Amino acid sequence: MVQVRQSTIIDAPIDEVWAILRDFNGHDRWHPAISFSEIEGGEPVDAVGAVRHFRLADGGELREQLLALSDKDHRLSYCLLEAPLPLMGYVASLRLKPVTDGNATFWEWRSEFNPPAHRRDELVKLVTEGIYQAGFSAVRNLLRRRSVVSPIDARQPRAVAVPMPSASVPRTVSTVAPGQASTTKAILVERYGGPEELQLREIGLPPLEPNQVRIRHTVIGVNFIDVYCRTGFFDLLQPPGVPGMEAAGVIEAVGPAVSGFSVGDRVAYACPPVGAYAERRNMAPELLVHLSNDIPDEIAAAGLLKGVAASFLLHDVHVVKRGDIVLIHAAAGGIGQLLVQWARHLGATVIATVSSDDKARIVERLGAHHVIVYSRENFAEAVMRLTGGMGANVAYDAVGNDTFAGSLAALAVRGHLVSFGQASGPVGNWDIGRFASRSLTISRPNYAHYTDTPEKLAPHVARFFQALRQGVVRVEAPTRYDLANAADAHRDLESRRTTGALVLLP
Amino acid sequence: MTKVYVSSVIPAPAAEVWKLVRNFNGLPGWAPFVAESRIEQNAQADQIGCIRSFTLKDGGRIRERLLALSDYDLSCSYAILESPMAVENYVATLSLTPITDGNLTLAEWQAEFDCAADREAALMHQIGNGVFQTALTALKHRFGR
Repeated sequence: MVQVRQSTIIDAPIDEVWAILRDFNGHDRWHPAISFSEIEGGEPVDAVGAVRHFRLADGGELREQLLALSDKDHRLSYCLLEAPLPLMGYVASLRLKPVTDGNATFWEWRSEFNPPAHRRDELVKLVTEGIYQAGFSAVRNLLRRRSVVSPIDARQPRAVAVPMPSASVPRTVSTVAPGQASTTKAILVERYGGPEELQLREIGLPPLEPNQVRIRHTVIGVNFIDVYCRTGFFDLLQPPGVPGMEAAGVIEAVGPAVSGFSVGDRVAYACPPVGAYAERRNMAPELLVHLSNDIPDEIAAAGLLKGVAASFLLHDVHVVKRGDIVLIHAAAGGIGQLLVQWARHLGATVIATVSSDDKARIVERLGAHHVIVYSRENFAEAVMRLTGGMGANVAYDAVGNDTFAGSLAALAVRGHLVSFGQASGPVGNWDIGRFASRSLTISRPNYAHYTDTPEKLAPHVARFFQALRQGVVRVEAPTRYDLANAADAHRDLESRRTTGALVLLP
Repeated sequence: MTKVYVSSVIPAPAAEVWKLVRNFNGLPGWAPFVAESRIEQNAQADQIGCIRSFTLKDGGRIRERLLALSDYDLSCSYAILESPMAVENYVATLSLTPITDGNLTLAEWQAEFDCAADREAALMHQIGNGVFQTALTALKHRFGR
């Protein structure tokens, strides 16, 4: 029997939080893992014994039964009846307590279950992070979204009025009218430099142009290209400017010249101009993508740019074919994980490199045929050994300086080095005469050149979403940071400590 | 029966906060209104039934009996035997709950008592604000915020 216990503080009065949580049929409105919920047999949602039927964002189904509900103690208990995972004997309860000092809410979510021993850690992590912690963030976001549209006097202070605890996040309440100037919280880069240049500011949001829509972001993607914008390596951002090229959200207002989009539409984008690190923004809708119900915001924000990039890297920059030998660096990173899964699906032999044993395990699970820990072993030699001296047909290298020479050495005759980033620094100057020894091709693709019109972008988006739906690729739950802590996200990304995608929550 | 409930987020792990507040004789170390404290009859401070006798900085004297102490639940209950406040059947509980998100602590302090109807509002304020919240705020500052 394992026990999981997670708790947090939500910066809202207990009645508001309880109103959300006591609805046994409401998870599909806020929890990212749940795409659909209904109560079986039309029972009332607060009838103890009611059974709810969930369809998960990944397509799985489960049934849970309400065991206890107390408006007095703000407590709710339920058990799992059927699930796609072996969470045997899963009984969970959540309870709220008021934090009178600041009028906030303590929320604890706990459970007990019997996992099979070999899946214990994985399932505990799933419940802890994928269900409970994800639920905390989702309710926080839901309340924040509501606070934008509901008047502030909905929150009456309680008996003991004392200053807010410093752990809590102050809310902004603003009104939004199309065509009217307003402000938004955003991360502003006032000059090129390190992560410390990412500062949260209240900035003006100009009136909506006729050919623009206004988007309220729900989740913002963090990509290495944002680092290049911050440092000035790419001139996509001119200081003072807001970085970020990927986000998911909801359309809040539509200019009169826009067609095909309406207020309330769920959309995502992965394109310039920069400006995603903000609660809200205006932008032209040409490169916006409609999200269908089976694509959660978080997956779109964490995966769209990387998925589109993976699509053109594997289908356009180089067309990966059955039997190809594909070398993928930084394979545990956000885009690396997609490349590994997708290249394998395309029938290639995948050789992945990673910086640590932990990352090696992740990449093995994704289906890489061979994984090389490049801090321990010369990867070019390893590739030659693994391929019987032939080398790789294509190398996908976004690491740059540390790996570029090795990638060239690991290629087969007529091999193709796709250098699509330089996380470890610029690759320096190379004499292309040396490439003749094996007739090598080098590509240095730029995301914009493959995605800057709806015609170029649409096939990659369609192919990526289809790959998600069919389970060809999976986007793992991203690591979340508050928008205000964007600098931490950049530090972690640049230190190569992270695996998978990073997102910011406005 | 009148009830008072106050809760606060303390910016430190529960085990650390508990180390400080479990000492039934330790109020002068963190509650700003307590001048000195002793345990009567030479008893141990974690002996259930022991009585603490403490003086307030304003000169008042209070005697309280330890009713329950749980290192498992991180909670401590006690009853007032004597005090300058005109309360009867006063039982209070101070309890801690870990907040895993950020490794913080929820501190809850609640009391139930009987009193004259016309004194109820003043006593609720005095106990909820003047005693419990004041002490919890001192705990918050002590642990850094």
